[in-house]
Amino acid sequence: MRYAQSVNHALALLLEQDERVFLAGEDIGVYGGAFGVTDGLVDRFGEARVRDTPISEEAIAGLAVGAAITGMLPIVEMQFSDFVVNAMDPIVNQAAKLHFMYGGNVEVPMVIRLPGGGGTGAAAQHSQSLEAWFAHIPGLKVVAPATAQDAQDLLLAAVADPNPVLVFEHKLLYKNEESVELRTSTAAPTALGEAVIRRAGTDLTIVAYSIMVGKALEAAERLESSGISAEVVDLRSLRPLDIETVRASVRRTGRLLVTHEAPAAVGIGAEVVAGVVESDALDYLLAPVARVCGKPIPMPYAKALERATIPQVEDVELAAKELLNA
Amino acid sequence: MLEIRYFEEALEELFSRGLLHGTMHLSIGQEAVAEGVCAALDDGDYITSTHRGHGHTLAHGADPTAMMAELMMKDTGYCRGRGGSMHIADVANGNLGANGIVAGSMTIATGAALTQQMQGTGKVVACFFGDGAANEGAFHESLNLAAVWDLPVLFICENNQYGMSMSQDRSTAGGSVAARSAAYGMPGTRVDGNDVEAVYEATHEAIVATRRGDGPALIECVTYRYRGHSKSDRNLYRTQDEIEDWRTHRDPIERFAGKLVAERGVAQSNIDAARETARSKIRDAVQAAVKAPDADPADLTGAAYA
Ligand SMILES: Cc1ncc(C[n+]2csc(CCOP(=O)(O)OP(=O)(O)O)c2C)c(N)n1
Ligand SMILES: [Mg+2]
Repeated sequence: MRYAQSVNHALALLLEQDERVFLAGEDIGVYGGAFGVTDGLVDRFGEARVRDTPISEEAIAGLAVGAAITGMLPIVEMQFSDFVVNAMDPIVNQAAKLHFMYGGNVEVPMVIRLPGGGGTGAAAQHSQSLEAWFAHIPGLKVVAPATAQDAQDLLLAAVADPNPVLVFEHKLLYKNEESVELRTSTAAPTALGEAVIRRAGTDLTIVAYSIMVGKALEAAERLESSGISAEVVDLRSLRPLDIETVRASVRRTGRLLVTHEAPAAVGIGAEVVAGVVESDALDYLLAPVARVCGKPIPMPYAKALERATIPQVEDVELAAKELLNA
Repeated sequence: MLEIRYFEEALEELFSRGLLHGTMHLSIGQEAVAEGVCAALDDGDYITSTHRGHGHTLAHGADPTAMMAELMMKDTGYCRGRGGSMHIADVANGNLGANGIVAGSMTIATGAALTQQMQGTGKVVACFFGDGAANEGAFHESLNLAAVWDLPVLFICENNQYGMSMSQDRSTAGGSVAARSAAYGMPGTRVDGNDVEAVYEATHEAIVATRRGDGPALIECVTYRYRGHSKSDRNLYRTQDEIEDWRTHRDPIERFAGKLVAERGVAQSNIDAARETARSKIRDAVQAAVKAPDADPADLTGAAYA
């Protein structure tokens, strides 16, 4: 099934089995969401639980906080992750802080789904990858599922978690067809904060998340035919970050390449590299580390410009070869 | 209005031929708002636009060839292929830009009006926004600030009755956007946005007052969007009958053309000639844009900074 349908299945399961769950967001009802992810849910569960909101991102995130601390399990959507910028206060100043600030007397079990990323020709204000902003904030959790299976499983885990969790879904992944083991219970099928090795290898470790996992795997295939064996680690969760899995991989391979669509500066890649060199894994490095990231410019519209801005399979492949030659 | 209509129709055609990228928001059916407002502006007055901005941009005097070139990913486009449909700006000509963020231009328009006030230019800023935008915090913050500081800005609500799939009655408390102006102590009027003369008159009147130093005003223009919100819209939230009703009975171009012939003694042949002139202008724009050089990735380095 498609990645989008996998999210839809998880949402339906949650709505069906837990009456505290409700959805809110722009055009998630009869329109089915800008990317069809919530298709059909309003027909099944009604407008009281699948709530079309006015165009009011701050209120969408804020109502989730208020509902969450009073006994509901809100799953709200930013129609494009870019619009979360209008909702920073409820997320960063409120949701992230309340549990700690109120001395542990309150829990904020809310989930925000954020379709993000470029490649759709939607240009600078509809294509960003803003996950690192939130991974910076103590009190928030951030996941970025790369597969249709994880789209379901990490969402279920996010809802089961008593903390605010942001789920970044890359828009280009929605149409990916993969086989998915459909869950029948809302119990978290996976832990939040565990990376997985998507492909084992011995010459270098490629760390990726979200859409770059697929590209990293494709690059690994190509590298294989050049006699290079790449291991691909899918972070899955960006906060908490499973740095141990990365370190263990680097100890085996001796080389590290991190890739994400967001620009490099102050990004997840920098955090991963720091986490590696802060440990004894540093001693295993046979080459400098490399980052393959989005260009440091707003996302352009024109196809050729957009493509040049987003890291491609060949960019990962080339950087990996350079590491091997270093 | 004709140029806007034909421009948008040309885009539909180009899009279906795969010559454009991404999506776009067409203003077919809403031409009278852009035209009526911009006709009331003087040289040197500013506009800010929205994601549905082709009409505003053309009405404010932009070059259709450079707009086409932008949409066709050309280096000669207004934004060198970097902005696309949602971000066309013609800054040299006082168009401070279309905006992909709903209500995103409202605070910017307020700031541009502050410049006019501080520099005593006598110019005004017309800020286009949709009915859906009136539910963003930026709408309320902008109206309040503009009102307490008496800024020369006209808030032009292009009320096409839907914000994507949300009808105004499902999204907007209080019945109308114009009514909200009262809360901020500024004049607010609601006009037939498919009557280009009514839009012009209301704008003209508001501009006179604003230029005089009376502060901001809000004009809500009621209109209708014929096409889907964007290219991915299945129109599930409204009926085909509703769309047809607006198209056949209230089309802003047909109404104005009909009025010119019936009441103003304009010959039908003049109307036909105007159509042909507009058509060929857009046709020429497409042809010129097709031949222009593509936007070049080599120019991107360092492009984020001045
Ligand atoms: C801050 C923000 N939220 C949501 C969107 C997605 N979006 C784009 S246009 C639109 C509807 C806008 O409605 P309205 O203001 O009435 O303008 P219209 O499209 O009808 O011209 C939505 C929800 C956006 N671009 N920016
Ligand atoms: Mg609207």
